[in-house]
Amino acid sequence: MVKWYPTEDVQKVRVKRANKPTRLRGGVSPGQVLILLAGKHQGKRVIFLKQLEGGLLLVTGPYKFNGVPLKRVPQAYTVPTSTKVNVSGSDFSKINDAYFAKEKENAKKTEEAFFAPKKEKKPFSDAKKAMQKSVDAGIAGKITDPTVKKYLKTKFRLRNGMFPHTLKF
Amino acid sequence: MAHARFVEIGRVAYVNFGPEKGKLCVIVDVVDNKRALVDGPSTGVARQQMPFSRISLTEIVLPVKRNQKSSNVAKIFDSHEVVKKWNASTAGKHIEHSLRRANLTDFERFKLMVAQKKKSLALKKELKKVAVKH
Repeated sequence: MVKWYPTEDVQKVRVKRANKPTRLRGGVSPGQVLILLAGKHQGKRVIFLKQLEGGLLLVTGPYKFNGVPLKRVPQAYTVPTSTKVNVSGSDFSKINDAYFAKEKENAKKTEEAFFAPKKEKKPFSDAKKAMQKSVDAGIAGKITDPTVKKYLKTKFRLRNGMFPHTLKF
Repeated sequence: MAHARFVEIGRVAYVNFGPEKGKLCVIVDVVDNKRALVDGPSTGVARQQMPFSRISLTEIVLPVKRNQKSSNVAKIFDSHEVVKKWNASTAGKHIEHSLRRANLTDFERFKLMVAQKKKSLALKKELKKVAVKH
């Protein structure tokens, strides 16, 4: 017996559910120190600020300590530590995914433009520098313990006898 | 061999491997050349056979009789304050320290590293003063 099916192909209506941002793992909360695992800033200890709408984590070095700017980082490339820093004095509520969007250039697609020598890189915008300073001031100012400062400046390093699966962070 | 520790009835042993790892127990009888009957009612070790490969003998010997009842073993164990003696001994302290090291957080490990560097620097400085120049 052949299974019944309608003569006309009917599109199944699928209800689209709102995407939730990824769950924060390791009990991570604002002010927590994370270790970056990949990229230019591998091994650096940074401070978690908040989770952005897209799910990525907003972190900052602070820039003066370890050269890590306000940055978006996927959670999978971080290791949360149990150390927490006070970030209540810092305002980063205005930073969202749109803040990190690339500026669109209206390039004319002509032959000359294609073969012309590449334009110089646009300098880092002053507005972003100011934002970095203001966010970091609220954090760095509250870190009085010199050991914590040194801790944030130092990179995480594995040595002989240290096995990540046995380490407690 | 100055102080040889013998397997004897009443020898307190520390379990190194297996489900009873990390606990103290008393040798109550010897089964054969490889196994002992072991009991630790005060420390949570059920009366059972235990291969000698799993245990380390401690300095402590208790006046326990062969095949003594668990309840009486517990009485002797508690009256001799074995756990207290063990925690004060070098071996007991060593184990406590290694547990502490294993549970260090990232920040604590960093502080330890800084302290060790400071110590070695100070040591090298002093050694330089005392070193004989060739």
